[in-house]
Amino acid sequence: MPGTTGGRDKVMDREAVEETLRELAGLIADRTDDPSDLMVVGIRRRGVELADRIAKHLERAGFGPVATGSLDITLYRDDFEQVGPRPVIGPTELPGEITGRRVVLVDDVLFTGRTVRAALDELADFGRPRRIELCVLVDRGGRELPIQPDYVGRRLEVPPGRQVAVSVPDLDGNLCVCLVDTPEAG
Amino acid sequence: MRDGTPPGAGLGKDLVGLEGLTGEQIRTILDTAEPFKEISERRIKKVPVLRGKTIVNLFFEPSTRTRISFEFAEKRLSADTVNISATGSSVQKGETLVDTARTLEAMRIDMVVMRHGSSGAARFLADRIPSNVINGGDGQHEHPTQALLDLLTLRDRFGELEGLKVCIVGDILHSRVARSNIWGLLKVGAEVAVCGPRTLIPLGIEELGVSVFGRVEEAIEWSDALYVLRLQLERMKAGFIPSVREYNRVFGVSAERLERAREDLVVLHPGPMNRGVEIDSDVADGPRSMILPQVTNGVAVRMAVLYLLAGGKPEAAEAAKQGEA
Repeated sequence: MPGTTGGRDKVMDREAVEETLRELAGLIADRTDDPSDLMVVGIRRRGVELADRIAKHLERAGFGPVATGSLDITLYRDDFEQVGPRPVIGPTELPGEITGRRVVLVDDVLFTGRTVRAALDELADFGRPRRIELCVLVDRGGRELPIQPDYVGRRLEVPPGRQVAVSVPDLDGNLCVCLVDTPEAG
Repeated sequence: MRDGTPPGAGLGKDLVGLEGLTGEQIRTILDTAEPFKEISERRIKKVPVLRGKTIVNLFFEPSTRTRISFEFAEKRLSADTVNISATGSSVQKGETLVDTARTLEAMRIDMVVMRHGSSGAARFLADRIPSNVINGGDGQHEHPTQALLDLLTLRDRFGELEGLKVCIVGDILHSRVARSNIWGLLKVGAEVAVCGPRTLIPLGIEELGVSVFGRVEEAIEWSDALYVLRLQLERMKAGFIPSVREYNRVFGVSAERLERAREDLVVLHPGPMNRGVEIDSDVADGPRSMILPQVTNGVAVRMAVLYLLAGGKPEAAEAAKQGEA
């Protein structure tokens, strides 16, 4: 029912998100033998800032400088025929050769898995990483492809008609996770 | 029909010219071209976005750089391409073009890039087939992707197009490159001037808000960028200019003439050049020359146009069918 008008329910505030990112960094660190091998790559747009924050936590935890990058998957989407072109495409910036490296992909919300599928295809055009892992702030279920994350900040049950909205400081001015109504055309 | 705005792009079905676009639409194309530049620097210079689309490059006039640039753009977006060149065959406009188009449609194509000797040929085709049509130059009418790559090159160099002073030098009267650039530059807020022999300046061009310089020295002192047009040598035979040497002496852009230019003035040329006629080698190969960046940007801008037009087909195709009725 659209009775929850203007419903924007905060499920994680700034402290909760920060704490979760710190925990995610810790999980990644636990599995890291060679920090110089690691590359943390955010999926545009909100994954990029989350990746940067995770990298900072890793650096604070005693890692040297962590290589970070960003991936814009617009040109690899599988819904071009349905949705048409999106005029705003961001740059894809990888910090050097990815072949032989361990890449941790970071995104804000894992839902159908189609974004991750596109990201994997795009990475394959840049080289052959030794290993690719997936780290998400929120896993809301609803997968349409056989894709599972390696690191999950929070699992959320999302009722019909609602979706997860992650806010990050650079784009949205604050850091939080909310449940909001799904837009009509969405 | 021409205003049909499919989701996402807002460009409509076709790109026939810049005259019909707004400054906003032109900026959208330039902004979209930015990320496409990087794809050409990758090891695997290809993204899958136009996979399964069939594009026909239909060239009724000879062209090397425009055709190759479009072909690279198409291939880098993973489209399937077919090249048809009708050079040498005396194609009549009208019937034959429609027949060609219908034949192509029957083979289930998605887009046509066309160069044709007749002004208006691109619009003519666009109104008759549901495929997207991109004008690769039609007669003396427009060459929109050339102007877009020129705008992108200028924007890269100066950061901002608004208020930029650009003077186009040469045969303005017969030039589709000049027409597209004048429309494009005016729409994004640049100041435009032209310079050339009186016989080759269209009457009444001032009414568009374009200034006219009779002497190239004045044009050079005024400009941030000089756009030097190729002198079509057949113009001499037609009596528009007395001789190539005379043209070079009066209007040729040489390093010596550029000594009076502002320090960061740049020189553009759509190619192919007549070295020693409209432009001297010391300029074409010198530090002010934007000629090679123009070529590089051509691929990115054409990728952007193909990408933006490729979506939102159903409504646009419907509109074209109605236009046919």
